[in-house]
Amino acid sequence: MISRSRKFTISVAAVVSLVVAAAAACVVGSTAVGLPDIIALITGGDISDPARNILINVRIPRVAAALLAGSALAVAGVLIQGVLDNPLASPNIIGINAGAGFFVLLSASVLPHLLWLPQIAAFVGALISAAFIFAIAMSAKSSRLTVVLAGIAITAIFGAGMNTILIVDPAAYVASSTFLVGGFHSGLRFDQLVGPAITILPGILLAIAVAGKLNIMMLGDQTAHSLGMNVARTRLLLLGLASLLAGAAVSIAGLLSFVGLIIPHLMRFLVGHDNRIVAPLSAVTGAAFVVACDMLARVMFSPYEIQVGIIMAFLGGPFFIYLILKNRRGLGVKGE
Amino acid sequence: MNKKSFHKPKWTPNLEAPAVQLVDLGFSYGKEPFIENFSESFDRGSVTAIVGPNGCGKSTLVKLMDGLMRAQQGEVLIEGISTQIMTSRQRARRMAVLVQAVRPPVMSVYDLVACGRYPYHGHQGNLDSTDREKVEEAIVMAGIERFRNHDLRRLSGGERQKAFIAMVLAQDTSIVVLDEPTTYLDIKACHDLMTLITRLNTEMSKTIIMVIHDLDLALRYSSRMLVMNKGQNVLHGTVAEVLESGALESVFKMQIKQYSTEEGTAHILFPH
Repeated sequence: MISRSRKFTISVAAVVSLVVAAAAACVVGSTAVGLPDIIALITGGDISDPARNILINVRIPRVAAALLAGSALAVAGVLIQGVLDNPLASPNIIGINAGAGFFVLLSASVLPHLLWLPQIAAFVGALISAAFIFAIAMSAKSSRLTVVLAGIAITAIFGAGMNTILIVDPAAYVASSTFLVGGFHSGLRFDQLVGPAITILPGILLAIAVAGKLNIMMLGDQTAHSLGMNVARTRLLLLGLASLLAGAAVSIAGLLSFVGLIIPHLMRFLVGHDNRIVAPLSAVTGAAFVVACDMLARVMFSPYEIQVGIIMAFLGGPFFIYLILKNRRGLGVKGE
Repeated sequence: MNKKSFHKPKWTPNLEAPAVQLVDLGFSYGKEPFIENFSESFDRGSVTAIVGPNGCGKSTLVKLMDGLMRAQQGEVLIEGISTQIMTSRQRARRMAVLVQAVRPPVMSVYDLVACGRYPYHGHQGNLDSTDREKVEEAIVMAGIERFRNHDLRRLSGGERQKAFIAMVLAQDTSIVVLDEPTTYLDIKACHDLMTLITRLNTEMSKTIIMVIHDLDLALRYSSRMLVMNKGQNVLHGTVAEVLESGALESVFKMQIKQYSTEEGTAHILFPH
């Protein structure tokens, strides 16, 4: 098993990489802002007006959005994988992202004037998909594979819905290209983050607090029950929490895939399967990963900006294959 | 969630009542009744083996006992109290269940045993000193000190089952129910495990109820037997009474011959 000192080292490394990624993302960009400017902004020191303007109105909101989305999706992934006892599950694979995406597009197309609606729609869509998956997972004889296949089907259905909206209402596409690939709008403002933040931050704290229940669930339903857990209720609550987190993330970052799948796996690979450690570490690492990828997305093809979702798939895909090959046992995937 | 159990009255165990009592249980998976009018009581401090052919309802009976499945009729009393008026935690502090072998979780032996303390916590959080003591005692009792930091998946089947027994012990209950604990184990591991299970009874005075497939093991290690067939309670009695009655022979359609040697008594089964 993995030693305490290693867990500690990895935790420290995760926090450091988050701070470095966030600082770098504030500094890097078409307009030069230096590290001293950031320190000056924090400590109330001397800072030029353009630098202050760029930081407060452009860079920091963007970094904050990436932080929120990354940590929310990673923790949602931990919850979903634990609750469904399925290492293949993640918000995008089991259709939660697609559900949220469909309802966001629907609201943007039908009631474009209601600017607060997409966020609510993302929650509703995420919850509806999660309820479907939950019902399928609960029904008798549904194996872990069935749940994933059902998720693929749900993703396809909502995907078809999204495509229909985009064809019927082509104007929706202009606003939604970033949304569909997964990424952040350059004009993001702090006030747009308030709603997601008041969902995500308490949600993550709650998820970390109850992560021990996921360990009990790893023993299987019958044992969890005999240990005094109300399994169905716990599962429903945790899946609901995961949907809230994923829905909030989708409302700011669009259909960002991969974070929810890859980060929990990476953490288990590094620190073992104890969810009480995996959950908080995933929050930190997921945030760092999305912030870093988003920075790359902004500067790699400068002056053009590509969506973070593209970078993430390019980096995350091969890395995930590497993890699978390196650690076939650790993923815990076995025949049904 | 912990708060909830405080609101419920604390039960004083009725020391006169049997450990577990099944009162007129009825259960069906579909339309056909599977278990009907099933009544039985398990005395304190007894070791009872539940035996019967495949599909006779042994495992279903265990699931009804611990409330994983709800009986459509009748009730289960634990130490004289109906499980219907207990919270799941209150039940889990009285009766521990070792379920049929499942895919082993990715966990160290110590972490697994610590899960046994769940009924005493809001969530599997930090262990207090009592918890650590109970976990330690359980590990020593099960004889798995050497493996405490090992990954469960790296243990042999027998060692792994002992780790699960230690988890059940950490639950600190007076009643232990085991559903086919020896499945997949080789003959030596079977006997080691059964010896450990009997020690829970002799040294810790726990009431043991176990579903068991191997008739020789059942006859050798239990004091009482409950013979089931097609969801019916065929006979419950001491091992001698059950052997005497011929119930096993008729239910399993086997002939049982008893051989006594210097090493002890063994039962050999012949197909009819």
